[in-house]
Amino acid sequence: MNALTDVREVMRRDRVWSFLQEDHKEVDVSHDVILYVEGLNLSFDGFKALNDLNLYVNDGELRCLIGANGAGKTTLMDVITGKTTPDSGSVYFGQTLNLLQHDEADIANLGIGRKFQKPTVFEAHSVFDNLELSLKQQKGVMPTLFARLSPSEIDRIDEVLAIIGLKEQRFMMAGALSHGQKQWLEIGMLLMAEPRLLLVDEPVAGMTAQETERTAELLTSLAGDHTVIVVEHDMEFVRSIARTVTVLHQGTVLAEGTMDQVQNNPDVIEVYLGEAP
Amino acid sequence: MNQLMRFTRVHGDSKVAPFVAILVILTALASLGNLLMPQDSIFYVSTYTITLLGKYLCYAMLALAVDVIWGYCGILSLGHGAFFALGGYGMGMYLMRQIGDRGVYGNPELPDFMVFLNWTELPWFWYGFDQFWFAMLMVLLIPGTLAFIFGWLAFRSRVTGVYLSIMTQALTYALLLAFFRNEMGFGGNNGLTDFKDILGFDLQSDNTRVALFATTAFLLGLTFIISHKILKSRMGKVIVAIRDGESRARFLGYRTERYKVWLFVYSAMIAGIAGALYVPQVGIINPGEFSPLNSIEIVIWVAVGGRGTLIGAIVGALLVNYAKTKFTAIMPDGWLFALGAMFVLVTLFLPQGLVGLFNKFKGNKPDNNAGSHALEPKATEDAKA
Repeated sequence: MNALTDVREVMRRDRVWSFLQEDHKEVDVSHDVILYVEGLNLSFDGFKALNDLNLYVNDGELRCLIGANGAGKTTLMDVITGKTTPDSGSVYFGQTLNLLQHDEADIANLGIGRKFQKPTVFEAHSVFDNLELSLKQQKGVMPTLFARLSPSEIDRIDEVLAIIGLKEQRFMMAGALSHGQKQWLEIGMLLMAEPRLLLVDEPVAGMTAQETERTAELLTSLAGDHTVIVVEHDMEFVRSIARTVTVLHQGTVLAEGTMDQVQNNPDVIEVYLGEAP
Repeated sequence: MNQLMRFTRVHGDSKVAPFVAILVILTALASLGNLLMPQDSIFYVSTYTITLLGKYLCYAMLALAVDVIWGYCGILSLGHGAFFALGGYGMGMYLMRQIGDRGVYGNPELPDFMVFLNWTELPWFWYGFDQFWFAMLMVLLIPGTLAFIFGWLAFRSRVTGVYLSIMTQALTYALLLAFFRNEMGFGGNNGLTDFKDILGFDLQSDNTRVALFATTAFLLGLTFIISHKILKSRMGKVIVAIRDGESRARFLGYRTERYKVWLFVYSAMIAGIAGALYVPQVGIINPGEFSPLNSIEIVIWVAVGGRGTLIGAIVGALLVNYAKTKFTAIMPDGWLFALGAMFVLVTLFLPQGLVGLFNKFKGNKPDNNAGSHALEPKATEDAKA
């Protein structure tokens, strides 16, 4: 009986074998959702970093993730970008792309850019070279060996330099930039690759009030063309940019909604905002 | 602005041409000084000096190989002597086969040490080494393949830093022990020696010695230019980017392990060529070349010259080896102490090596790739101006 059902299952006429499906390189957002994270579980040595986490992000949205230390924000980013493999669950980019089957480089080339918590730029390269390396291009060994910078690529770099406001510093060594400028350069590097989804980890940590304001403008201007997920501790900053806020707590989603809804949510008040009024 | 930038991209590296010119001129002068000048002329260069210079140039090429991966990609290999020695053995096997029946035992097929071990036929891995082209191919392929396998396993598992250095050290030590064994078929402890001629030319003659020296200089210049081109290309920028922020590069979509593997293979091949040029000039190759100490010495040459600059590596190798020749003549036991002291002093006071010191005196802007943070304020001023 069991074998028979198996056979029937195999012979179903509407069945599509996964290996027969073409290898999707373009993200399919026909249902408006660009990122599906479902039932994600991950534990490190018994510590549950992610606990049945579900998250859906719409295309073009600016989403803020907040949560105390150890709530699983950075771990979630690690899973999405392929750095860590979860114990169970699924992560889909658009309708078709299963991110768990791809490695970091693949995921980056699919159009997911990630900014680290600590600004990470190539310090021994000029600002211009940093952006050149981030171009959307063939990233194999041979293509880069013979790569030439085309005029349209130079224009693209100029464009991004204008967006991040580092036109004056284009030939400066990235290592000589100020902390805030490095943060912007890193965001600029992500933009070079024309990503669909930007994961931005603590973009305003260590920034002055003015720099924070500019960063807020930059991120809000990016939303729409790109989908932006921001992880941030600075509540003022989150309030200034966020339309939708997701609160993580102990590896699971505690609440989701506008900033006001979230702040009035009794669970959130209890575990998070309550500690720091 | 863009045109200006492209101009500096193409013509900005003014150091390469003068350096190669100096190399060519000095090589030509030394060669002519040996071949054309009478022995009592002050311009006469003795054959001993020519061979010594040729040896230094081989070391310089080896230093170049280490600098390419250490200075630019941050992979500290403490086992590069292994690739050098493997290249040397490739050439040594060819030279052994060239001896023919002129050996002590007069066996036309077997090298002396095999006759001595009562072997009756040539081991399979010696086949083909009577052909020069085959031997030269192996000089490239054997170190290259070993580097590929080692690099593929190590870099794919994301082994970095000190662990990788220790593994390279273990690699060369394992090869040292293996080549010491007579059963390996490479002459055991004594290695390969008593070479007679190369491509039909007598190895003892002045002409051959000068030709070998000139070939070494030529290949050093060539590998220098090729390395420079590679490191100035976008691939070179990726390599430096991997050194400074590997995970950033990975999240930008670069498969960093592939870059590292291919650069490691390239570097091992240069080391192999250096070894192959070294053996006919010094006349012997034995397992001592695999010694971990040798590999550490290479790293010191590069550090003294200035890592992250190709010229620095070459200059460092030449100067340290010249100092070694002089020093060991005066005080043979003191050399290792001097070498250690030099390394400590360079690490403490000259993190950029001699090239960094030179640039400081000249007030030059540091080389892009030298990763100089001490000179940051200066770079800032330049950008503002």
